[in-house]
Amino acid sequence: MSTATVEQEPASKVDLAESGDGAGAVESFDVTLKVRRYDPERAVDAWWDEWTLTMYGTDRVLDALHKVKWDIDGSLTFRRSCAHGICGSDAMRINGRNRLACKTLLKDLDTSKPITVEAIKGLPVEKDLIVDMEPFFQSYREIMPFLVNNSPAPTAERLQSPEDRERFDDTTKCILCAACTSSCPVFWTDGQYFGPAAIVNAHRFIFDSRDDAGDMRLEVLNDKEGVWRCRTTFNCSDACPRGIEVTKAIQEVKTAILTRSL
Amino acid sequence: MTQTKSTPGGRGTLYKGREGMWSWVGHRITGVGIFFFLLVHVLDTSLVRVSPEAYNAVIGAYKHPIMIFGEIGLVGAIVFHAFNGLRIILVDFWKQGTRYHKHMLYAVLILWFVTMAAFSARHLMIFFGGE
Repeated sequence: MSTATVEQEPASKVDLAESGDGAGAVESFDVTLKVRRYDPERAVDAWWDEWTLTMYGTDRVLDALHKVKWDIDGSLTFRRSCAHGICGSDAMRINGRNRLACKTLLKDLDTSKPITVEAIKGLPVEKDLIVDMEPFFQSYREIMPFLVNNSPAPTAERLQSPEDRERFDDTTKCILCAACTSSCPVFWTDGQYFGPAAIVNAHRFIFDSRDDAGDMRLEVLNDKEGVWRCRTTFNCSDACPRGIEVTKAIQEVKTAILTRSL
Repeated sequence: MTQTKSTPGGRGTLYKGREGMWSWVGHRITGVGIFFFLLVHVLDTSLVRVSPEAYNAVIGAYKHPIMIFGEIGLVGAIVFHAFNGLRIILVDFWKQGTRYHKHMLYAVLILWFVTMAAFSARHLMIFFGGE
């Protein structure tokens, strides 16, 4: 019977902290999360719930919501899918401004005060942070968000110069999270207004050199509930998690309608 | 990590818009204010068709000292609405307008302040009997 010999591992080339399980290296702090709740099965009116949580410097508002939902109150309801700023599911009003919960780091907010989280405005709240997005997508569908090209399909792709592609590059970034549309004071009071997101997506095709239905889209947006409702409050440009210059896109559509009719 | 409290939700918080939103709020309020002034102005001027005495009586009421501040408020509203109106035209028609909307708002506020300082000084001087 031979005795097992323990081979000495070679010294690590990476310096590790004396004590450290990984998470210990990240600073932790207490935050108070204040969420505006609504559940028609529990109460007629909305109410605020507050929780104090221990979170880390790498955590986002979404992580705090997860912590509440998974560890404290499973009835807290919100949408999220990819949780990495791509799917556009978790737009909500954080400290009074529309933001994606998955892109807002807690350490960037003032943690000395409660962090308020509310559903986005202007769309009917169904439960807690979930709103009915149907009116939003209805406007989106009306501007025909797809390529319309009447010429015969080529055997390869439809080529476009880099300059022509650049013309609408900014508005291709939209993820349809509704942060812009639900930050617009005009949309809050006039639900018929197309809203910034629909106009941004119309812009994406109106200025696409391969598209043939620009005139039809301009006609749709020349409606009294179209681009002329925009009051240039710039809330949409500020709210966009993708950094789209939304008001600029709306202004370009306004100018296109005017120059077309001249 | 315990639930601390539940409170009534009320109407929720006010949306925290920035310069663009508040300039729009200011434009709206001054616009509605100017509309009501014009309405009263048309009515009191049309009184001259009813009777010159009635017209004189109403116009005489405007000599009340409190109207001095009313007039400063009116001119303040008109000056802001006018300068900000030019800013909105530039936002809509100047290609770079949307990128410089904040700078233009600061310019509007500086112009408003300079105009109002000059107007208020002159207006108060006349009211207090100076020339």
